[in-house]
Amino acid sequence: MNPLAAIGRLTIGLLAEIGALSVFALRGAFAWVSGPFYTREFLNAAIRIGFNSLPVVGLTAIFTGAALALNIYDGSARFNAESFLPQILSVSIVRELGPGFAALMVAGRSSSGMAAELGAMRVSDQIDAMSTLAVDPFKYLISPRILATTMMLPFIVLVADIIGILGGWFVAVFALGFEGATYIRNIDQFLTTDDVVSGLIKAGVFGFLISVMGCYYGYKSRGGAQGVGGATRSAVVASAVAILASNYVMTSLFVGV
Amino acid sequence: MSGATPKISVRGLKKSFGRKEVLRGVDLDVDEGASLVVIGGSGTGKSVLLKCILGLLPPDAGEIWIDGVNILKMSSFERRRRTREIGMLFQGSALFDSLKVWENIGFRLIHGEGKSAKAARIRATDCLAQVGLPKEVGELAPSELSGGMQKRVALARAIAADPKVLFFDEPTTGLDPITADVINRLIVERVKALGATAISITHDMISARRIADDIAMLHEGRIVWRGAAASISNSGNPYVDQFVNGRAEGPIKMALRVE
Repeated sequence: MNPLAAIGRLTIGLLAEIGALSVFALRGAFAWVSGPFYTREFLNAAIRIGFNSLPVVGLTAIFTGAALALNIYDGSARFNAESFLPQILSVSIVRELGPGFAALMVAGRSSSGMAAELGAMRVSDQIDAMSTLAVDPFKYLISPRILATTMMLPFIVLVADIIGILGGWFVAVFALGFEGATYIRNIDQFLTTDDVVSGLIKAGVFGFLISVMGCYYGYKSRGGAQGVGGATRSAVVASAVAILASNYVMTSLFVGV
Repeated sequence: MSGATPKISVRGLKKSFGRKEVLRGVDLDVDEGASLVVIGGSGTGKSVLLKCILGLLPPDAGEIWIDGVNILKMSSFERRRRTREIGMLFQGSALFDSLKVWENIGFRLIHGEGKSAKAARIRATDCLAQVGLPKEVGELAPSELSGGMQKRVALARAIAADPKVLFFDEPTTGLDPITADVINRLIVERVKALGATAISITHDMISARRIADDIAMLHEGRIVWRGAAASISNSGNPYVDQFVNGRAEGPIKMALRVE
């Protein structure tokens, strides 16, 4: 086989996929505008994705915060800067680790869930059946999930930020000898609104990407149980890559480098 | 065929998936109030034909006329409005498994037409009665029903909006002969009661004979025979004869093994 042709075919395939994904994302994000808006579906999605993700996100955050405190303390002690632990820890969490870890956990949980659910509906003709019943699947299935995930993720991340900082606080106070109130005061004086808000904006974008990937791969899945399995896998992988790549782009924009 | 405009008319319909040509120029007319059954082997494109007419798949070439209008020339919005008038019974029933039976039947009323849940529940009970099921079934989940009951519920869902056209995709596949007969009878009865035009696809000859006014045979992406249901046994067409009598030998070659 001609290697150039193979590279060309791969490139065209990739571009076509990105194009299809973009069209899908736009259609999904705006299908509800021309009504009807399915409030019950939206609320169901918000509860399932937002509220039900809290335990796993909380657990991730508390352990991340705790481990981070140890690492920052150990590292900054090399140049006698360990007293800056609260500041470094809090800024790392609200800008980077809170949004990142929460989004990756939600991707594993919800992106796969959406892909499996929509995939099963696709292969059992339920999505086609919906069209024949005068209901647009984009309005009923896709839009509510994309809107709910995009809106819920900032809230999840806010909770993750608080729990993550708390996890660091526990380690700092009980293992590293920091004074509890001073620790909090240092964070309060140091952290700016922009630090927190930039993390929440990231969260919104991550939520959008997670739901688009989950819905896209589920909606397009073909060929029975194996197809649904493949859709689930693709959704999680694509979500994770999209989260990490967009995270770099957004961070560089926020930092202005 | 009479001089009146057929309810549904298909001309030169083509559809390929990759290199596989599934429909190679299908021509088909169905008069208003008639029941046409399309027979043909597995994988001959029967489902694809229905999905093209329903607007679920875009055909590569050809024309689809409903009530004398070419729906492929319409805006997608107009086309959706037209194809919405078609009720469809899917092969695997395709009931929404996250919803109760009555919500399935009332789905279109509630979510497609903005009616109240109360009105939909009343309509659902009425439709359940029409397919011979008691009101209590409405409160069950689709997964709690047998295959035959699911088919009945799917039929109830398809007729809930009083469609003028009904499609049936393999309505008896996977059912025991007695249940299949019940479904066949219900289909005939409901189609008559609605005065609807029906297209069914099947490879079950008992079902075809019971449902059809006319039978058409699809083979290799084209209609190779069409005639009155009563004439199917002496069609004089070798393809039809082979299919109706279920013989492996004949003009239709089945690969016995992958080449």
